[in-house]
Amino acid sequence: MSTSETLSGPGMLARIGLANWRQNIIYIGFVVIFLIFALTLNDKGFLNPNNLLNIVRQTAMIAVMAIAMTFVLSSGEIDLSVGAVAGLASVTAAIAIDAGGMFFGVAAGLATGIAVGVFNGLLTTRIGIPSFLTTLAMMGIAKGVAMWVSDTAAVPIIEPAYSWLFGGGSIGIIPVLLIWMLVLGVIGHFVLKRTGFGRRVLATGGGETAARYSGIDTRSIKFRVLIISSMAAALAGMLYAGRLQSGRFQLGEGDELSVIAAAVLGGTSLFGGYGTVIGTIVGALMIGLINNGLILMGLEFSQQLIARGGIIILAVALSQKRS
Amino acid sequence: MDEGKAPDGKRPGKGTGMTGSIHAVDMRGISKHFGGVKALIDVDFQVGAGEIHALLGGNGAGKSTILKVLNGVHVPNAGSIEICGKTITEMSPEASRKAGVAMIFQEMSLIPTLTVAQNVFLTREAKTGTGLIDDKVAERKAKELFDMLEVEVNPKALVGDLGAGQRQLTEIVKAISQDARVLVLDEPSTALSVSDVERLFAFLRKLKAKGVAIIYVSHRMDEIARIADRATILRDGRHVITAPLADLPIDTMIEHIVGKRSRGLADVTREEVDLGEPLLELDNVSGLHKPKDVSLTVHRGEVVGLAGLLGSGRSSLARVIAGIDPIQSGEIRVAGTPIQIARPRDAIDARIALVPEARATQGIIAAHSVASNLTMAVLDHVSSGSIINNHAVRETADHQIKHLSIKTATREHAVSTLSGGNQQKVVIGKWLAADPDILILDEPTAGIDIGSKSEIIRLVRDLAKAGKAVLMISSELSELLTACDRIVVMSEGHTAGTYGRHNLDDPDLSADDAMHQLQAAEQKLQFHIQEALKHQGTAHVH
Repeated sequence: MSTSETLSGPGMLARIGLANWRQNIIYIGFVVIFLIFALTLNDKGFLNPNNLLNIVRQTAMIAVMAIAMTFVLSSGEIDLSVGAVAGLASVTAAIAIDAGGMFFGVAAGLATGIAVGVFNGLLTTRIGIPSFLTTLAMMGIAKGVAMWVSDTAAVPIIEPAYSWLFGGGSIGIIPVLLIWMLVLGVIGHFVLKRTGFGRRVLATGGGETAARYSGIDTRSIKFRVLIISSMAAALAGMLYAGRLQSGRFQLGEGDELSVIAAAVLGGTSLFGGYGTVIGTIVGALMIGLINNGLILMGLEFSQQLIARGGIIILAVALSQKRS
Repeated sequence: MDEGKAPDGKRPGKGTGMTGSIHAVDMRGISKHFGGVKALIDVDFQVGAGEIHALLGGNGAGKSTILKVLNGVHVPNAGSIEICGKTITEMSPEASRKAGVAMIFQEMSLIPTLTVAQNVFLTREAKTGTGLIDDKVAERKAKELFDMLEVEVNPKALVGDLGAGQRQLTEIVKAISQDARVLVLDEPSTALSVSDVERLFAFLRKLKAKGVAIIYVSHRMDEIARIADRATILRDGRHVITAPLADLPIDTMIEHIVGKRSRGLADVTREEVDLGEPLLELDNVSGLHKPKDVSLTVHRGEVVGLAGLLGSGRSSLARVIAGIDPIQSGEIRVAGTPIQIARPRDAIDARIALVPEARATQGIIAAHSVASNLTMAVLDHVSSGSIINNHAVRETADHQIKHLSIKTATREHAVSTLSGGNQQKVVIGKWLAADPDILILDEPTAGIDIGSKSEIIRLVRDLAKAGKAVLMISSELSELLTACDRIVVMSEGHTAGTYGRHNLDDPDLSADDAMHQLQAAEQKLQFHIQEALKHQGTAHVH
């Protein structure tokens, strides 16, 4: 395969899934919104590199969770517990760091994600409760547990190495968070598009019966994507904790909506079968961009919420395939 | 059950028609119960390597169940299964597939959101050196397979964008790519054009020569007679007979399937009906792509057939008349009055009813009761204000159940519990409840056994006799010839000719040999369709 063939022209566009404009309205929208903000908010420092890197810092956690959510949605399931699980993992990681140091903390955070994922996965695939309900219930359970073990108080993290690696640090001007986002994004993209697992995820969501008849263990696929999602949520929680140098149950609260919106904005189908990790990351960045722009415009929080909701609805409506 | 025994009392598997000594499939004493329902009772089923074996039976005979047992979807309550000499102790779809069984399902087993090539090689993707999936290789390999089959399917196309015929071909190629040693084809020709069927048959013979065992399920007797070596007939979950095709004339086959003397479609007598005034008139009607400039008249009391290949615009025409697809130009008149049809509601108000092609998705809500389905189109009639009147629902439902002799345990049973033929009657009943003047039937007998088929055709004749104008689409020419007064052939969206019965009936044949007459007419019509394809839109015989 020659590089000239793969890196240029429509071949390249098709390769990364840009051939269909309607599915890829997100890229156009991203550029348009960026330009509008750049023109109207330049005097307020929108284009200042620090501001742009801040957008990345604020978006990274959403992006990490949304990469995994792309798999969940592609398989025809949903995970509403990600925000609460992020909060829980931030608390368990912080407590474990205090008790046994950084590696113990990281292990505790990831173990939290695995435990929740196994729980979600078993209830959904073995008992057959729709993931919508399983994870809705888990949202409350995770939050409750986080409040309980932390006594509803913030748990401080006094471990500079942890804080640097998980969220606070930067290499030169590149924030570590950006590296997390990009590395996970690249891995996610290739796993979804170019591995047998990714293909099975898309097949499961595209037509579950047909996938089963083709010899795919669709229950195992769904089980695994739910675990991946919870682990990504736990990682996002640890990133929040590193950045703020403390674990709190409120971290990640309400993020599930931004995470799902990011994936759907990016072109992933809520009904399964289609998914794009690159689109998801751009979707997450776009949500961060909108938040940032609305704040710079001086809108009140109430107005921000309304404007953000409107923009997301518009973008999703444009990206829908016409039937 | 006496009439069910083989004429010579032979037991299956010991027949003389075997081409090899090793059974590719050897199923013995298979029983399967679903709750109290006995779907299979002590059924033996053997298929030799290099044999094309027809599996026949009416709806509910147990065909799908035994195939699902073979495929590992259902675990039998009793019996043993051997595939290619290996006893399979624990059946599962995976085990069956590994043993070499590949099944082409009636309900498609393709993922609509993946491409053709991705579907063909699903779970067996080609990898690059680094272990990543390489779809380019898959597309090339898929292309080679399609070339071998001599069919045109774009490996890069999304399956969801393909028509039914191309999807079917993709599915067969998918199975073939798995080096299947036992290939199960369930109604493979339903969606295929005449020439595609020829290609399929040529290909099946190639596979047969390579020693592949092929199980062929079809309701089309003519196809079975042409392609199969032997046939096994099931009825009511029991094995009736296994015999070489040579020992099974069509009449005998039908007798075994139906269980009583029946001549299938030849049973339907056609009374000549005096035609009334024109009820439905189309004047140069065009849709978005198809149909193109179609002019057509259907009189009161007349059944007009629409023949043609898949994609010839027959269903598109039906959808335009029913207001589902927009009309671009031309005029539709009902009883002489021009009407505007912009939405399905407009057509229903003009007393036009469409019984759609895809029963499962467009016709019924399978999980809902028979009564609820039958009253779906007339909710206004069975409601007082906005409250549904249960008494009216029961009355309407019971009337249709009786009128169409729908076989259901009660009116409250889910439609999914009914056989295909009875489900189709529910769809027809649903629209008859609205008392339409003009009835459009799109493939009303697809996937229905021969017994129910002739019942549906008889019903169509009765509706015409009762003064309705009927437009009927079918890919089975014998059916059109039995039901219709006139047949319009469509090609590429145009009408390519109209044939009255006098064009088709052969005066040289004795009129009382109905079966023979029918076959001769079918040949002629077949010929006309092929001709229409050659001379696009120029052929006008009448």
